[in-house]
Amino acid sequence: MRKHGILMVAAIVLAGSAMGVASAEEGESLPSSGADIKDVQSLQRGARNYMNYCSGCHSLKYVRYNRMAKDLQIPESELAANLMFTTDKPFDPVISSMPSDAETWFGKQPPDLSLIARSRSVDYIYAYLKDYYVDKARPWGVNNLLLPGTAMPAVLSDLQGLQKPVFKNEPDEHGSATMVLVAVEPMSAGALKPEEYDQFVRDIANFLDYAGEPVKAKRQSMGVFVILFALVFFAFAFLLKKEYWKDVH
Amino acid sequence: MAAAPDSTDTGKPGGLIGWIDQRFPLTQLWKTQVAEYYAPKNFNFWYYFGVLATVILANQLVTGIYLTMSYKPSSAEAFSSVEYIMRDVDWGWLIRYMHSTGASAFFIAIYLHMFRSLLYGSHRKPRELLWIFGCVIFVLLMAEAFLGYVLPWGNMSYWGAQVIVSLFGSLPVIGGALVEWIRGDYVIADATLNRFFALHVAAVPLALVFLVIAHLMALHEVGSNNPDGIEIKNLKDSQGHPLDGIPFHPYYTVKDTMGIAAFLVVFCGVIFFAPAFGGLFLESPNFEPANPLQTPPHIAPVWYFTPYYAMLRAVPSLAGTQVWGVLVMGSAIVVLFFLPWLDRSPVKSIRYRGPIYKLALAIFSVSFIILGVCGLKPPTGIYPLLAKICTALYFAFFLLMPWYTRIDSVKPVPERVTGHA
Repeated sequence: MRKHGILMVAAIVLAGSAMGVASAEEGESLPSSGADIKDVQSLQRGARNYMNYCSGCHSLKYVRYNRMAKDLQIPESELAANLMFTTDKPFDPVISSMPSDAETWFGKQPPDLSLIARSRSVDYIYAYLKDYYVDKARPWGVNNLLLPGTAMPAVLSDLQGLQKPVFKNEPDEHGSATMVLVAVEPMSAGALKPEEYDQFVRDIANFLDYAGEPVKAKRQSMGVFVILFALVFFAFAFLLKKEYWKDVH
Repeated sequence: MAAAPDSTDTGKPGGLIGWIDQRFPLTQLWKTQVAEYYAPKNFNFWYYFGVLATVILANQLVTGIYLTMSYKPSSAEAFSSVEYIMRDVDWGWLIRYMHSTGASAFFIAIYLHMFRSLLYGSHRKPRELLWIFGCVIFVLLMAEAFLGYVLPWGNMSYWGAQVIVSLFGSLPVIGGALVEWIRGDYVIADATLNRFFALHVAAVPLALVFLVIAHLMALHEVGSNNPDGIEIKNLKDSQGHPLDGIPFHPYYTVKDTMGIAAFLVVFCGVIFFAPAFGGLFLESPNFEPANPLQTPPHIAPVWYFTPYYAMLRAVPSLAGTQVWGVLVMGSAIVVLFFLPWLDRSPVKSIRYRGPIYKLALAIFSVSFIILGVCGLKPPTGIYPLLAKICTALYFAFFLLMPWYTRIDSVKPVPERVTGHA
């Protein structure tokens, strides 16, 4: 019977992973951002970068300044002096100063980014911020490889430098050659070196991962102890069962 | 001075228990339902999922009550109130993840619990009504899960509700009016959310709890089946206890505790390390608030509905209506109720059945999983064809059962159960 059981458990695991693979294929395969939610310094830099470059337009309406400061180990004085630009109340959420008619400027109200890391992914944010390229046909003169036709200007281009698109000739469905956009490559240097820029956007992506679920790092470290406790509980329950079942033949 | 009645003489408990027993059958219930309920001694791995489903039900009820304390069932506030729970309510994130992971765990437990019945013939006489109660629980559970899925008011909640509710619209004549009646509006809106909340937190859970009690009463009336499919009540010792039976308490209470502990390891693993489970348990588009003007790129229900969703899509529209797919999907559930009468094998357990049933069950199980995968995928490429084939196989398993179970060879069934796990 034991063999039977093992076979069946294997079948269940197989079925589960079949569904898992099926759902995993849904997401585009993006390069890993390398962001680490447990890296507090990266999160602090990410908060600084976000407040300086993003929060002017993008709110984090579910993130409170003081909660963020506490979680990211930022002293309150530091918070007020360097990170709070739109309010003087630490318990306020991060609200941008965008007016309600910003839609007329961009064609779209800049979205709240509280949950962007959950609705997209950390890797998506990282790739998106690196994928801008010069495109004169667009209102802001730039376009994005990951999100074609994006409404956002390339606000980080001073840091990254400009990028140009790389096209490849590929036959379309009718067999005639067409130019297909396949990649972007540097055109001019920015204020940051490429690896510095990567770290800069990695920190932002990491910070947005935190913003999407402030308890994430705590949840994972707590989980280790919960699992250990459950395992110990299982061990005792197993021994108790064995003891009681000694007389069942 | 009259002597105080001494309860120890009668062998009945005194004190508080005795006081209660004179007014309520507490000791009697404990004895008949637990301490002297004789269960077969050969339960194996598959017999954990009933108790696990009960544990999960309790988890859903308790965490659900806590969630309602902070959740706001209005289209303007629902999404924000869930984020409030996740961020500002003490341990709110844990309560929410226990509830959302519990929903998926519930279906895993129930699907395996039902599969156990297909393995060992637990639905066969005299357990037909037990099986039917179980099927009603399954239907209610699906309703409960769907209603609860709408409550966070994310974009997938919204569009999922839109798709599922509009299915009723394909019914002839009454369709349009029925959909309007369900929604309480011309679109999925605040009124819909409000009534779904009422049904999710009061009506359906109440019915579920009553049916679970009825399910257990029916079980304890007829006694449990076992992996050998033998009626242990047929052979009793001098005291009238089944020879192959052991008291539920303490034997199965300690064994189930072990099973619950093992379950908790996995359950907590998901809650603490992968609560979204790669988008299967909590879908990415649901982290965007409901937006009637923006459809998610690909609408799919949560994984536990996808086998049935795949059947719905597998059936093409005919004579200008989509109702056929809805009917097929509904029939896939309805056919379950008839299982006890479709199965004509002289034996119950797969251990003594012939190769035809084993093959049929294997094909059925694989088809069900493939249907689940098809339902997650956009209907392109190989998937529509796969879904059609597997839908046919799903129904063939049930509808051809009266014939193939009758002609299948069987092995002799022993009088006593074989070993114990």
